[in-house]
Amino acid sequence: MSAGVLLVLALTWPVAGLLAMLVAARHAERIALASIAAGCLVAAATLASVAGEGRALDYVVGGWLPPLGLALRADGLAAMLLAMSAAILGLVALSARSAFAVTDDPAQARAPFAFWALLLGLACALNLVFLGQDLFSLFVGLELLTFSAVPLVCLDGKRETLAAALRYLLFALVGSAFYLLGTALLYGAYGTLDLASLRLVVRDDASTALAVALMIVGLMAKTAVFPLHLWLPPAHAGAPAAASAVLSALVVKAPFVLILRLWFEVLPGAGAFAGELLAACGAASVIVCSVVALRQQRLKLMIAYSTVAQIGYLFLIFPLSPGPDPFGSLGLNGGVLQLLSHGFAKAAMFVAAGVLAEAAGHDRIADLAGAGRAAPLSVAAFGLAALSLVGLPPSGGFNAKVMLLSAAVALDQWWIALTILAGGLIAAGYAFRVLERAMAPAPEGCSFGEVTLRRQSAALALAFVALALGFVPLQPIGLLSIGQGVSP
Amino acid sequence: MTGSVTLFGLAGAGLVGLGLYGIIVQGKPLRRLLSFNVLGAGIFLLFGVAARRGAALGLGGDPVPQAIVITGIVVAFCASALAVALMMRLEAVEDDTAEGDEGTAL
Repeated sequence: MSAGVLLVLALTWPVAGLLAMLVAARHAERIALASIAAGCLVAAATLASVAGEGRALDYVVGGWLPPLGLALRADGLAAMLLAMSAAILGLVALSARSAFAVTDDPAQARAPFAFWALLLGLACALNLVFLGQDLFSLFVGLELLTFSAVPLVCLDGKRETLAAALRYLLFALVGSAFYLLGTALLYGAYGTLDLASLRLVVRDDASTALAVALMIVGLMAKTAVFPLHLWLPPAHAGAPAAASAVLSALVVKAPFVLILRLWFEVLPGAGAFAGELLAACGAASVIVCSVVALRQQRLKLMIAYSTVAQIGYLFLIFPLSPGPDPFGSLGLNGGVLQLLSHGFAKAAMFVAAGVLAEAAGHDRIADLAGAGRAAPLSVAAFGLAALSLVGLPPSGGFNAKVMLLSAAVALDQWWIALTILAGGLIAAGYAFRVLERAMAPAPEGCSFGEVTLRRQSAALALAFVALALGFVPLQPIGLLSIGQGVSP
Repeated sequence: MTGSVTLFGLAGAGLVGLGLYGIIVQGKPLRRLLSFNVLGAGIFLLFGVAARRGAALGLGGDPVPQAIVITGIVVAFCASALAVALMMRLEAVEDDTAEGDEGTAL
């Protein structure tokens, strides 16, 4: 029970930070950094406890047992995600300190305060989605996530970003309406919304299939997989760099984690055809959005399209993880590793792109010549992150794609294997196009602003984590199976 | 009594269909938002049907879906408020740009 308190702390530290911020708005930045540091400690302690004891952490809120009460649970997957989101939030917050420094000028004080407050709101929502065990608390977590993410998109208040935020909000709302509709059908059929109780009573009938299909479609719209991805590129490209980094690295992953839980935990052995359909959407994302990314003129739009493409890989795992123990299968483990390494690599890329855009005063890829000399650490971070996105060793992306590829070949899914290979090739195209321009000598009369090394180091640190994930062994991660397969 | 529950269920399904149709067909954000609210009302009605059907003997309804609907209404209200705020802000910014363009033209 004592270790279970960690789960409560994971939900309360962002709220405590938010409340403190309301009292002392002038210290918003310091409060946010201090609370995120506390959050990193909580996540590390949770991960250490789950990995050390080899079993999931449980906490029953208020002592009311499900199905009437709500449960929180950190299994291996949740512990890993908690640690990932805390680390990314921490590094991105460090990189955002100068862009969102709190000032005394009331006209400019709004954006920094909103940024730090929304960052803590995101942290709370993410932790709730990772730890919640009740379909309705998960819905509340998803909505909280949307309400924190949408204003982050339009912090600068320009026309384009407002329009992008509105479109994002409408897509997200329809997605959650679908999710809630599925929840209503499941409650009507089984009378419980607790994941563990559902798993015990779930039947293989048409109404369950319809409910889960509705929920997954809604979550797909929030994850932005082809063909429901149209909202993502303008929203993620228009947001300030630090906001784009958390949006692309973390926010779109949360609904995907729910799809994983529904598919592998509530409905083990769901239809093979549905799995192939999800994988086909993923494959279309990988190919179509990689090609579109290749044709972008603006750096941040290119990175945003690359996000949709990389999310496509996650959907390839559904036909690749068959059998009674999906959490021990190569396909699911490759997918989770892809999720983690894409999180770090994409955050690094957006933060580096923000520094480059600030130094150059624009983000046109064609005019980036000379950036390599003006902001060398940022270009290095971009390059290292690109290794992971392309899937070159050593990087987390390489290991993830090798695992997915071996699973596809072993299961005779040749079209998935071809998609993975082709996606890597096109990703190399769009990544090297930027690197080639950035490394070129600056033309006459072109000037770049100065960027301090401290600001560039956060992106480099994120990219190094993506690189370090390349040193995990190429086999199922033991941690992922913790808390799976045994009914509580 | 079964008849009325079925009727409410059908009405909920009808609202969901109407709302979804509106979201897909309507182009203007405000109309889409209103369609979303129709869709939401349909879903809440379906929760009500689940509550009535799952009622224990002698009780009017299962309280859990009712609690869910109350929370859901609060969430949908917040979402609508956020969307309307964004729309008003967008319109204000567009008016400013339109005036700015006229100013430069003159």
